[in-house]
Amino acid sequence: MTEPWQTAEIPGPKKALVITKPEIVAAMIKKAKRPILIVGHKAAEIDLGEEKLIDYLIRFARKTNMPVVATAHIVGEFLKRGFKPAAFMPAVNIGSRLADPQWDGLDGKGQYDLAIIVGMQYYFEWLILSGLKHYAPYLKTITLDNVYQPHASWSFPNISLEKWKENLKVIMEKLEGGE
Amino acid sequence: MFRKAFHMKIKELRSDAAVLKDLEISVGRIFEEAWEEPVGPTPFPGLVDLRNWDMTLLKRYKPFYMPFCDVCCLCTFGKCDLTGNKRGACGLNMSAQQSRIVLLACCIGAATHIGHARHLVEHLIEKFGRRHPIDVGGVNVEVEAPVTRLVCGIRPKTLGDLEDVLDYLENQLTHLLSITHTGQEGSNLDFESKVFHAGMIDQVGMEVADIAQISAYGFPKADPEAPLVELGFGAVDINKPVILCIGHNVPPAIGIVDYMTENGLMGEIEVCGLCCTAHDVTRYNPKAKIVGPISWQLRFVRSGVPDVIVVDEQCIRTDILLEAQKVKAPLIAASEKNCQGLEDRTHDDPDKIVEELVSGKVPGVLILDPEKVGEVAVRVALAVAPKRKKFKVIPDVDDVIEGAKRCRQCNQCTRACPNNLPIPTAMKAAAEGNLNPLDEIYDECIGCIRCEHACPESLPIHSFIVKAAEKKMKSETFKVRAGRGAIQDVEIREVGGPIVLGEIPGVVAFVGCANYPKGGKEIAEMAMEFAKRRYIVVTSGCAAMSAGMYKDEEGKTPYEIYPGYFDAGGLLNVGSCVSNPHIAGAAIKIASIFAKRSLRANYEEIADYILNRVGAVGVAWGAMSQKAASIASGFWRLGVPVVVGPHGIKYRRMLLGRAEKEEDWYVYDARTGEKVYVGPAPEHLFYAAETKEEAMVMIAKLCMRPNDTTKGRAIKLTHYIDLHKRLYGTMPEDIHLFVRTLADVPITMKDEIVKILEEKGWKERPIPDPTLLPRLIRKRKEGGEQS
Repeated sequence: MTEPWQTAEIPGPKKALVITKPEIVAAMIKKAKRPILIVGHKAAEIDLGEEKLIDYLIRFARKTNMPVVATAHIVGEFLKRGFKPAAFMPAVNIGSRLADPQWDGLDGKGQYDLAIIVGMQYYFEWLILSGLKHYAPYLKTITLDNVYQPHASWSFPNISLEKWKENLKVIMEKLEGGE
Repeated sequence: MFRKAFHMKIKELRSDAAVLKDLEISVGRIFEEAWEEPVGPTPFPGLVDLRNWDMTLLKRYKPFYMPFCDVCCLCTFGKCDLTGNKRGACGLNMSAQQSRIVLLACCIGAATHIGHARHLVEHLIEKFGRRHPIDVGGVNVEVEAPVTRLVCGIRPKTLGDLEDVLDYLENQLTHLLSITHTGQEGSNLDFESKVFHAGMIDQVGMEVADIAQISAYGFPKADPEAPLVELGFGAVDINKPVILCIGHNVPPAIGIVDYMTENGLMGEIEVCGLCCTAHDVTRYNPKAKIVGPISWQLRFVRSGVPDVIVVDEQCIRTDILLEAQKVKAPLIAASEKNCQGLEDRTHDDPDKIVEELVSGKVPGVLILDPEKVGEVAVRVALAVAPKRKKFKVIPDVDDVIEGAKRCRQCNQCTRACPNNLPIPTAMKAAAEGNLNPLDEIYDECIGCIRCEHACPESLPIHSFIVKAAEKKMKSETFKVRAGRGAIQDVEIREVGGPIVLGEIPGVVAFVGCANYPKGGKEIAEMAMEFAKRRYIVVTSGCAAMSAGMYKDEEGKTPYEIYPGYFDAGGLLNVGSCVSNPHIAGAAIKIASIFAKRSLRANYEEIADYILNRVGAVGVAWGAMSQKAASIASGFWRLGVPVVVGPHGIKYRRMLLGRAEKEEDWYVYDARTGEKVYVGPAPEHLFYAAETKEEAMVMIAKLCMRPNDTTKGRAIKLTHYIDLHKRLYGTMPEDIHLFVRTLADVPITMKDEIVKILEEKGWKERPIPDPTLLPRLIRKRKEGGEQS
């Protein structure tokens, strides 16, 4: 059975569906009309071997043309890599906006229908996702972290770095659209 | 309103039987008439007297709930699934349930401080008498109890007067707690209003506790040059018998110091403390030492240094008796709130108690008499120390390596660790003889030992970490200035203007517990950064200790580098948790002493003043407890934003402004009654940051206030932009929201900022005399909008 990464973080009756195949993520993204990617500060710390997680996410964002919100202070890491996020703001700021059905979005075109969240402290992301689960029924959430986040709509189970890298690679391969 | 008093005056009453002239009858509370300041609108406010103010705040700073649990299990209807739009069997929805839990937490926090205050006041009245005067700073502090004056409308002059205040607080607390019962309040916003009320009475309770102990025990009285005391694991002389005091309520620790003094034993025994009792015992006698914040409990106990452990109340590890037994250190529980299952020996012969503790016949005792605690603790320490020989449970290096070899790499320790520390990797290295990774973990370990409880091999992981970092730990020798207590009235007169005008860029208060995401060093780094930038930096509680745990190239610690004055560039430790109201009090006194606003029972106006004019921000980077929740809520109602570290998000509710919603950021210009856009200042009321860097930028931003002069705003913007550029690597994108006129623009950044303003379509706007209260409008504009 899939369990939260932090053993005691038991949420309640509604738990994330487990991403058993990375193709699910690609399919969800393709299906979404208004997706958004939210990247926490740990993306610049997490080492995937050949690259940092943030490098992968930049390629991912370019491939999907998905707007990126950089939380905490990580915007500088994006800029250093020649990528300008659509916005940067504290995680609680973007969380509260996504939970507001009246929010016009970063581009004034309305609320989003899919939020991909990655790279925050486990417990921090856990609570942001909880806020969205309860207050943003119009929003699906996916976490790309390699740990199970029960408050997301979809989450990987707790998987090793190697397995995670494989999954991320498959997601990228399955995504269509040019850089 | 909370009413208890009856006061009647009769000029002349004629009857058949008698003629009465100038008859005056008072029953219950009497409002002092010698005090020229008139009683304001809300003396001893009840649950709804400040509701309008709360709703004004909550309209701008909306709650964002992040439920920590999807269900409610508080009654036998439950568990009820409240996910999404569902309601429980009682009808409550998720928002109301979350705010209800926040209220419950704040009631616990407020009850803890108010209970602490009640115990202290009763004890001090017994010792010093009901008429013992309140004196927190002699002629330098005429406004001796700003929070009590503001909330209750009275000036406490003696210890006895504080009992009346406590009656009010206990009354309110009972009502507040009752609101969390099933089938009471149904609106989340009304719950939130009551959260603010709990925070407000908590501030009064803390103030009562601290002014009582300052007055009676002779703690530093608003002294900017309070003595520097020794801080850190290495500050304790392990060649002497050591008594360790843990908790918050200082009388037992003072009993120890008094007994030592009376018996000529000062210097023979080390008295040291953890958590706020440590602050307060050093305020009483600066020869006592502070080991460190709450997280240092187990590392210090397991190291075998303490020969006797004395616990009073609050924030003590509840397994302290088990840990004390492991190192053969007798435990003395000294509070009726924390009996630890021990036999009550309060009325027994001290000789008998000492004999049983020294022989090991009993592992600990409960003694509810601080003086007797003093005698027993000292005598036991002297007798036990030669026998114990600092018996410790920290293993040798060889044992660590052998133990690490048993590690299964199952990850259960990391999954239990609040900070997700890489223990398995460190254990793998340790098994190969490399203890450095374990040593590195020490810096970020909060000492909770959840890792040990999770380990299927029952490895004493925390002890391994402590052993790996032993050299570093023993070299922890720092200084912290003893808690100075209140801010002097004269200090307020000198800085009130520069703060309100914005020329001192802000007052930043680092307060609260030690549940740090990346160790206590982040507190020291932030505190020094803002002191260096000429903010006024105030500290209290565990954060005050962490702020001192740093050394520069010359070996100087922050409290030695920065002066203890309430002035630009100062670094002030006000004291323990219950000293926090001196920080709130400073903001209140700016309104009262500098701006001459009426203080007495005039909460709403003063809070409005602070929100709009006093650039103060609280930072509880390691906030952990229910007390921290109630302390924060006391600041919110007063208009002071609070930033918490990432673990603070577990308080499950933020109070967030929406910078882009222009309609949220209008105030009245008190001169004209016109509504004026002032930008999102301050943007949030309660906010959790993901990283230290994010927090630092937000702190600078939250110090901006609508009332800033152009010069003041330019200074504040300089710091905000400078920190943003350094820590975020780019310009902030919201500068246009904070520039009101071109004179606000920092001169050194003019070209860059003007270009941004042009791109954003910025327009100049007036700087009002800001207020959110229509009743404070002095001149009503004809036909102008009034609400």
